[in-house]
Amino acid sequence: MSHISIIDDEVDIVVGALQPDLSSFMEEWKPIFSRFHLIIVKDPDLKEDLKIPDGFNMDLYTKSDIDRVMGSSSTAISFSGYSCRYFGYLMSRKKYVICFDDDCVPARDSNGCIIDAVSQHIANLATPATPFFFNTLYDPYREGTDFVRGYPFSLRNGVDCGLSCGLWLNLADYDAPTQVLKPDLRNVRYVDAVLTVPSRTMMPVSGINIGVNTELVGPAMLPAFQLVKEGKIRWETVEDIWSGMCVKVVCDHLRLGVKSGLPYVWRKERGDAIESLRKEWDGVKLMEDVVPFFQSVRLSKEAVTAEDCVAEIAASVKEKLGPVNPVFARAADTMVEWTKIWKRVRRPSKVQRQ
Amino acid sequence: MSTPATQVVPPLKDELDIVIPTIRNLDFLEMWRPFFQPYHLIIVQDGDPTKVIKVPEGFDYELYNRNDINRILGPKASCISFKDSACRCFGFMMSKKKYIYTIDDDCFVAKDPSGKDINALAQHIHNLLSPSTPLFFNTLYDPFREGADFVRGYPFSMREGVPTAVSHGLWLNIPDYDAPTQLVKPRERNTRYVDAVLTIPKGTLFPMCGMNLGFDRELIGPAMYFGLMGDGQPIGRYDDMWAGWCTKVICDHLGLGVKTGLPYIWHSKASNPFVNLKKEYKGIYWQEDIIPFFQSVSLPKDCTTVQKCYIELSKLVKEKLGPIDPYFQKLSEAMVTWIEAWDEINSPTKLEALSLDGKKDASASNKK
Repeated sequence: MSHISIIDDEVDIVVGALQPDLSSFMEEWKPIFSRFHLIIVKDPDLKEDLKIPDGFNMDLYTKSDIDRVMGSSSTAISFSGYSCRYFGYLMSRKKYVICFDDDCVPARDSNGCIIDAVSQHIANLATPATPFFFNTLYDPYREGTDFVRGYPFSLRNGVDCGLSCGLWLNLADYDAPTQVLKPDLRNVRYVDAVLTVPSRTMMPVSGINIGVNTELVGPAMLPAFQLVKEGKIRWETVEDIWSGMCVKVVCDHLRLGVKSGLPYVWRKERGDAIESLRKEWDGVKLMEDVVPFFQSVRLSKEAVTAEDCVAEIAASVKEKLGPVNPVFARAADTMVEWTKIWKRVRRPSKVQRQ
Repeated sequence: MSTPATQVVPPLKDELDIVIPTIRNLDFLEMWRPFFQPYHLIIVQDGDPTKVIKVPEGFDYELYNRNDINRILGPKASCISFKDSACRCFGFMMSKKKYIYTIDDDCFVAKDPSGKDINALAQHIHNLLSPSTPLFFNTLYDPFREGADFVRGYPFSMREGVPTAVSHGLWLNIPDYDAPTQLVKPRERNTRYVDAVLTIPKGTLFPMCGMNLGFDRELIGPAMYFGLMGDGQPIGRYDDMWAGWCTKVICDHLGLGVKTGLPYIWHSKASNPFVNLKKEYKGIYWQEDIIPFFQSVSLPKDCTTVQKCYIELSKLVKEKLGPIDPYFQKLSEAMVTWIEAWDEINSPTKLEALSLDGKKDASASNKK
């Protein structure tokens, strides 16, 4: 694999602050974050002031910034809780945006070395993806490996990668029922692989640890699908799952790739799964409608940018899922609104039909 | 070792056959003895039938050479390749067991990162006995594995999974590269142990390697035809690829799963890349048409058995790939011959006759 030169000023790291004291989070990430520009977005519901250590090149956005930028659209889209990071995407001017939840710290690999999750995401995004045929030795562009016998040569150029989905050691991203059933389940397995999720295969994208090429898929990272009783615990949310499926559909249509696997982050304990179960876990039930919809949605030839794709997906959501549950109709409207805001605030994504 | 969370007991030795094609010798079995000895072996001897292949003491086996193949199948023997490990599929046909594990004679026991010997056979059995998840990708890989589960967002209605038809293992040391890659990277060795089993999603094709492969013969056996390769054929080293593409298309159609990943074996021998290039040459060009063909195949709803699917595939091969080269015409006919031979060998009357006579069809056999 050729050496990837990471151009640091093409990268923004976005963190949504759901807890006021970010000191230990920032200190743990300092060796990795310090060379990059950071965007920290404070959860608009958080009352206390944020505590952030010095020594970072960063911009902080709070509720007042959100209200100012959003203007009259400020009631249409909620940036509450985990959704606050989407404001970070909006404010970023960089090609690559890497996001971590604020309860994650750097993990160690099987040799005990600290994992530079940012560099790994960038490597994933900067090397081609291979969505049209599965390589049994996983990422063929990785050092020490290649395409296997039987892999068509015409597909070996690969395509651009739009999204890099990382994983989690310790507390994996399970839903509340699973957490309750298996309270001691901790992810201790380090799987040393990055792979491209094949075209037309849907997957649950977790927002906990991701990297995005905003030039390719930016507008599809959207805070559209929000549940009324959503809390500040990951297993009560599905906005990232929805956003991830939009991105996957966009990537499949525009012939871009989505990778999954490395890097790992270490996710700390938080929340009480049983408490979460007491609330109605609408998200889990709604997945039964969401997944078949995304598996079957098809976009037109005329959709050649991520914005076009998002508009078509929104229309399809309204038509097919709207009648099923009002939360879907709201999601469709939010998607349309988001695209307008994205266009207003950021430059449009590049034409990428390959 | 990837152990399922719900305890599965590796099946009794009476339910699985190990099929080994060989042209050289079976010395490699000594290393596998602790893991293979309880199981019955089917040796398919390729090349010169007068050569005597010595099987190490203590193994229960049946051995077939070219003379046996010709005698048993008669004119249908034309579908079984000669001078190519593709002949192994004859062993699949002759087996009477539910599961098959096939391995090459240059594959040895590998070690996991802790230094422990990997029982590849037991891992394949675990893979085959636990469900697959082809309909939706689980980012934590095999959700049925101990220490893992389905991630947030995975619909509950899809968490039952589907039966697993194929378990595709990998290789440490000499990786399964094609000739051009071998020529460019003669020193590359696969040293990365990826501790995962995963289901290849529905609708996605992959290059299936026959070096370290397990499958459920009752679910998918007739699709494991390794094509016309080797002597007298314009192509080689695409036998397992061909079987894999057919198998995956049929598995997707019938709602069965294909897994890949663990177990690893240690692949010791790098074949001559120049020889390989000659064999693969046509395949490298043809696969550019073959892949889109398989990607677009749609089998009719009334193909409800593997055999029906396979016959339908053979017609499509003739129609769509026939124009590329007369080879595909021959191949499509051989596919039909294969199914006819499979059904004949595996018919209830034939099976009864075989069980009464023991393994008299084999030229060599040994019961412990």
